[in-house]
Order: sequence, then structure tokens, then C-alpha cells
Amino acid sequence: MSWVLELEDRFYTAGERLFASLTGDEALTLNLSAEDSVFVRFNGARVRQNTAVEQKNILLSLQKNRRSAQLSVPFAGADDELTARLRQALDHLRRECGSIPEDPYQVAYVNNGVSRQTLDGALADERHIAGLICESAGGADFAGLYCGGPLAQANMNSNGQRHWFSTEQFFVDYSLYTSGDKAVKGLYAGREWRPAAFDESLNEAKRQLAILQRPVKEVPRGRYRTYLAPDAAAELVSMFSWAAISQGALLRGQSPLQKLASGEAALSEKFTLLENFTLGLNPRFNSLGEVSPEVLPLIEAGRIRNLLTSSRTAREYGLASNFAEPSETLRSPEVLTGSLGKERILAELDTGLYVGALHYLNWSDQMSARLTGMTRYACFWVQGGEIVAPIRDLRFDESLYDGLGNDLEALTNFSAVVPDTGTYEARSLGGSRVPGMLINDFTFTL
Amino acid sequence: MDMHTLLAAVAGEADWIGLRYVDERSSHHAFRDGKPAGHEFQVDQGLMVEALVDGHFGYAATQDVSVAAVRRAAARARALAASAATLGVSRFSVDQRPPASGRYRSPAQRPFDADWTGEISDILARACTAMKVSEQVITTVAEAIVTECEHRFVSSNGSDLEQHFSLVTSTLQATATDGAKIQKRSGDGGFTICRQAGAEHFDRDIILRQSERAGREALELLGAEDCPTDTLDLILMPDQMYLQIHESIGHPLELDRILGDERNYAGWSFVKPEDFGQLQYGSPHLNVTFDPTAVGAFASYAFDDAGIAATREHLIRDGVLLRGLGSAESQLRLRQPGVANSRASSWNRAPIDRMANINLEPGAATLSQMIASVERGILMQTNRSWSIDDYRRKFQFGCEYAQLIEDGRITRTVKNPNYRGISVPFWTSLAMVGHADSVELHGSPWCGKGEPNQVIKVGHASPPCLFRGVEVFGGDA
Repeated sequence: MSWVLELEDRFYTAGERLFASLTGDEALTLNLSAEDSVFVRFNGARVRQNTAVEQKNILLSLQKNRRSAQLSVPFAGADDELTARLRQALDHLRRECGSIPEDPYQVAYVNNGVSRQTLDGALADERHIAGLICESAGGADFAGLYCGGPLAQANMNSNGQRHWFSTEQFFVDYSLYTSGDKAVKGLYAGREWRPAAFDESLNEAKRQLAILQRPVKEVPRGRYRTYLAPDAAAELVSMFSWAAISQGALLRGQSPLQKLASGEAALSEKFTLLENFTLGLNPRFNSLGEVSPEVLPLIEAGRIRNLLTSSRTAREYGLASNFAEPSETLRSPEVLTGSLGKERILAELDTGLYVGALHYLNWSDQMSARLTGMTRYACFWVQGGEIVAPIRDLRFDESLYDGLGNDLEALTNFSAVVPDTGTYEARSLGGSRVPGMLINDFTFTL
Repeated sequence: MDMHTLLAAVAGEADWIGLRYVDERSSHHAFRDGKPAGHEFQVDQGLMVEALVDGHFGYAATQDVSVAAVRRAAARARALAASAATLGVSRFSVDQRPPASGRYRSPAQRPFDADWTGEISDILARACTAMKVSEQVITTVAEAIVTECEHRFVSSNGSDLEQHFSLVTSTLQATATDGAKIQKRSGDGGFTICRQAGAEHFDRDIILRQSERAGREALELLGAEDCPTDTLDLILMPDQMYLQIHESIGHPLELDRILGDERNYAGWSFVKPEDFGQLQYGSPHLNVTFDPTAVGAFASYAFDDAGIAATREHLIRDGVLLRGLGSAESQLRLRQPGVANSRASSWNRAPIDRMANINLEPGAATLSQMIASVERGILMQTNRSWSIDDYRRKFQFGCEYAQLIEDGRITRTVKNPNYRGISVPFWTSLAMVGHADSVELHGSPWCGKGEPNQVIKVGHASPPCLFRGVEVFGGDA
């Protein structure tokens, strides 16, 4: 039996056994997160570390007497060992529920249906992947990470709900460097390892690298016409997950979009942000097993249409849920494209900065939705519609009400899918689809 | 589970084998506006097999610690090591894993017993009430995280280590509003009071006092002017100093960043190998140590995850850069001295160069003396925003709370304070350093780095410090 099928069978069997032991005042939800991954880290087109990680964890969420508590434990080991661990976990939660106050905003577990999606892959052999990548990258100063293998997320509850999502996929998140300190970023990702496709990705990065060999231009702080390539724009859009597009955060005074919500400020009519699960990067069910709308407009033509609203927030404030995760963060964002063609980007930018990527963003003034961060990777000074020279990295400090507001001049007519390559604790799913953005005046401060 | 039985089953799999087992149990209790906002518990257990084959370490991690499963993991680690033995960045040996044996235990006095959940729930709920000093305080949040972690490490060349950590941190935060104005204030630095301690850390009276102050100061900020845009002398209190040290000294001194391992993710470093022993990193007032021996600090330990005994070392003395933060592997590659800082976030990650406790050593000044020495300046407390470039040069930080200093006196509170600068010039402007009595222990449970990504716990002790001529600015609201 395959890794996925065996895991699926074991999860549902263990779940049903736990549900059978519940008492009348108890309800239980189970979330499984599992992966069998290989990570290979490269520096200088050589291997720094290579690591295999097989991990499976199950989160038990118990509701008892209007109390709620959660416990995550390993979903591994022999059957009798696992059964005992899960029973102990349930008993632990029962005891904890006896020590805590009532949860007035508890969302009752209901049956939100059944779903199953599995995506098979054809990955390179883990014993050969280091050699394949080193061979392709040979001669280049290549640094980065290969990450591949199967992963699964699943949910079931004591009211009959069952959701399963598994995929076998990989990415190579890398950068190539000049003999100085300039770099271009590359990403090759998919479910089938194709050597020719990886080589083409590397060749494209090498072509960009040639421009970075030119002497660096020092750009003083100031306001410049700026083109944010899709990777850079995606970084900006990711900040909407930092408590910005969250209904709960807004109602509790934590959101940087207070003025947008009150109508005191607006974004550009050109800017439309969706949660779009048709991108197919992650499952539609959340950790409660609720199935989110396939497409949910969040900001439409510069105005808030919906905020991410979890069922818990909905219950607390008497609103309708749109089945966001309890964290109310973006899972599959898309910014709709505009009309600027690829061939017109430099001409329309005319004179200013071409920014390939942004780095280390943070809100610098929440009330004015002002963000700071750095330029990174392939960033150029453009003059008269021609790339002149790479720049030294600059710090920006800019309000979204300007950058995505009146100063947003155009969006490209194409967009790029930027998969989430996060691997904190476990491999992430998801990603975004974002176009490039031409901004009239972008403020660089250091 | 017996580590020596497991080791005996796999010790012949490679030129050298190490087994590192981690059993981490944590609880996170959260209250908002006095009501439960989450009671989350986690048991994270697993074992990492390290196999050295022909000069390269391969790693394989498993949660199943049966002999059969550990044998499979060892075979996988050996195969991965062999697959990259001729492709590695360097040729390693057991010299990077010398035999060691010893024990370590955090200085916890009171255990987290069966009544702990009820006790901390009551404290946190009351903290919310204490923060709500006015109807203008619209949101109160109180959270506590407790982690107990056991590390075991055995190796085929005789290492046998056992370390037990008890880690605590918390946050108290009040949000106040007046029409369109919103201000937040933390009572305890917002998850920056990070310690190795037991249940005694959560002193009810202290927490309630901190909570009431957070509520009052959130209200005070609502009526405050915005921080001016100017070049001013700047006093940073320890709950901001910790992050300044972390971002602009700790990270750039990591040898794996200098070697380029990290440049595809968190970034490179402006520090070059030839800078050690040469670079004037800051003013002569700047003395910085790597100190995993500090009692009660968040990232204290006796051995790193390669089994190297942890010792206190000066990184910067009298402003001169002396030593970087690099493991035995990085030291071999860079031919530079380092420290015992090979650390993994858990059983499921290979160790990399990390900070532990990076401390700014005290000077002789009192806070009053610092304030008195300032003609036009500002004192900032409690980080709320942070950003720095991938070479760790250009930074910008924001704080929750600030007070203007005019003619040697604090005159008024200002809101939305920010400052920016460049690492070496900034540390060169360090003019006065607080004395030992003013040192506070801070830290973070969440320092992110590495591919695959890892979060790790770091500690930073510092007194208040005075910097001359720093670019400061406020918000737009």
C-alpha cells in the first residue's frame, strides 16, 4: 500500500476508534498533518546538508461542557502504541477542560461534508537529487533548497465529516550570484521532475545575472517611479495576512486597514484582491473542516468587499462566516491583472527602479497602513526605458494608500504563481498569483 | 526507549553515528477580554539520526523510535550522506563531533503541576480585567507559553548528553481607541520576557501591576503627540535593545551567513572573514558576549547539538569584532574561531549556526545620567516593528512608547516612534551604557532562519543604552 493510502486508512481507523469512546457531552475534531520529505541545501553548487524527515502529527480538538482545548501528538509508532497515545491525549484534554472557563464563542462541530483529493507526482530519487542539481548548476554560484516528497492534510470530526488532501510535489528555491554580491532568484516547482525544465529555469536566471554584472549605481533616497515584478508585488500582498484583511483584527482595533474599512481612505480602483482556491495550491477545507467559497472577493476596485471571517469571529460579533481559518490569514490570494503588457514595462516605467523582489516587510505605522522593507535580488535603475545598472539595496517606507492607491499606475496583463516555500516545523501548502505593479512614486528612505 | 540500545543497533551503519532525541511538551493559554481564546497543548517527540560517510553528514528524522524504525532512519541517513559525499561543501570528520558527556537542567523552582492550567487561566483572565482601566480600552490580550523539553544525545564515539529545559514567556497587551485613533501598549514587552524558569515565574501581583500599567499607557498614548521627524539622541530601553542586538549584531556575526549558506533565505552578512580582529564594529563602549551559561536566560545550555561544551565568549570587546557565531563545522570551513552554537529547532531539523544568549555587557551609567546628558533626545521602549536588509546593514525599528528629552529632562510622551540607521555607524554612535543593575533579560521564542526553516529560542540581556544623533520619525496619523 502506498504511503498515502496507508496513512489515510490509519487516520480514519484511529479517528473512528476515538469517536466511539466519546461521552454524550463531548465532540471531537481531528486534523492530520503529515509529510515524508527530503531537503537538500546547497551553497556554491555543493551540498551543505541533506535531510530526510518523516513526520505525522494529529491535532485533537475537544469540546466538552462548553469548554475547548487542543492537543497535538505524534501520529506514529505501532498500532497499540498509537492507540494508547491517542486515548491518553483525549483523557488529557478531558482533564484540561475541567480546569478552564467556558468558551462563549465556541463553534459547534458539524458535518461540513466529505471530500477527497490526491495529487500524484513523479519525483527524482532522493539518492540522486543532489547529484542532478549540482550537475545542472555546475559552474554557477548556486545556493538554495530542494524540498520534495509526499504530504497530506486531513480532517474528520465526530459528526461524520471527512476531508482528505494529499500531494506529492517538490520545489527548488534558489539564487545565482555574480562574482560580487548581486543575485537573481529562481524557482522550479511541480509534481514531476523534468531535468530539461530545471535547466531552462537555470538558464533564464543566468541570462538575468548577466545584467547584474554591470557596475552598480548608487541611488539616493527619494521618491521614484517603481516597477514591482510579480515576486516583489506578492511580498507586498502577503502583508494583508498580517492582521490586515482579518475581520476579527479589524473589530479589535488591530488591523492596519481601519481607514479603508471606514471609508476614510481607499485603494486604487485598479486593485482587486481575491481569495481564489481555483489556483489549486491547497485544499479548500479549513481546520474546522469548513469548505471555503471557491472564489471570495476581498477588495474589489479598491474597496473592501469582504474581510476574512472565521466562524469563531462570526459567532462573537454576530456576523456571517466565510469559513476562513481561525487565524483569518490569506490561503490562496490572487490580485487581478491589468493592461500593462510585458513588452511595455520598461517604456512605461521610463526612468525609475525595476524591483525584482522585496525582503523583510513589516508595518511601520499601522494607522496609515505604512509598510517598510528592503529591495532584494534583481533590482535595476532604468532610464529612458532602458535598464542601466543594478542598484544597491534600498529601504522603502510607503503607505498602501499611496502605493496601492493613487500612485498605482498600472498592473501587468500577466501574473505569476508564487508557491509558498515555507518549511517552518512542516512544509507549507498554498501560494499566490499576483501581477507586476507600476507605481508612480514609491518612497525610499535609506 | 533506551538510547544506548538504539545506538547499538545502528552504530555500525556509518563512519560515525549520532542519535539526538527531543521530547518537547508545551502549553499555550490565551485570554482575550477575560474570555478563553485558546488552550493549546503540544507533544512533539522524535529522533534525528546523523550519519557521517566519507566526510559528509547525512540526516534522517523519525517519530517512530522502535529499533526497526531507527534502523530504517539510519540506513536512510547513510544513503543520503553517501549520495553527497563527493559533493559536500567541505570534508568533515568526527573532529566536529568530539565525545562529550554531561547533564543540564534549567533553574526551575516550582513545577507545572496538575493545577497549572486552572492557575494560569485565572491569572490571565484577571490580567485582562486589570488592563481595562477605561472603556476606551477596547481589547485586552493575555497569553502564556510554557515549554518543557528533554534532549538526549548519544554517539558512536561515546557522547552521552542529557539536557532538560523549562522555558516560559508571556504577553500582556491593551488596545485603546479614541475615535479614529488606536494605540497598543504591552505590559511586559510582548513575548520578550523569556526565561528558563518554573511556575514561580508567573507572579500574580507583578502581572497584574504590569497589566494595569499597559492599560494606562495605552490611554496615555492616545493623547500623545506624534514622534517628531528629526535627528536626535536616542535612549533605547532593554525591551528594544534586545532586538537591536539580535538583528544588527547577532545575525551578521553568524559564520554560516558569512559563508553564504543562508544567502538564499535570510541573507548574507556585511561582515567579511577578514573583519575578525580588525573591524571597529562600534564605539569603545560596545562589549558583546555569547553567553549560554547565564543562569535563567532563555537560551542557556551546557552543550550544543553537536555535543560541544558551551562557554561564554566575547564577540566584541571595546568595540572591536573578535569572534563570530559559528559551529565546529563553520569554524573548519572558515578557519575562524567560533562558539558552541550548532542548534536545531527540534528533532526534525539538522543543526545550523544559531544565536543563543547574545548579551550587551553593562557599563557604568545610570539611566538618570544618560537622560541628564541629552540636550535634545528621545527615549524609546518596547519593540513593535522591525525590518533589516539581507546583509544586516540598513535597519528600521518602531517602538510602542517614547518620551522626549529636552535639556536633560523627560518632558512628554510621544506616540508612533521609529528610528532607522546602518549597523556599524549606529553602534559607533553608542555613547553611554547602563550599569549592571539596569540589565534586563529579554529574548524571543521565534527567531527564524535556515533551509528548511527553523525557529529557535534566543536570549538577549542588555541595559539601557544611549546613542548620539539618530534619525527618528513618527507615524502619519
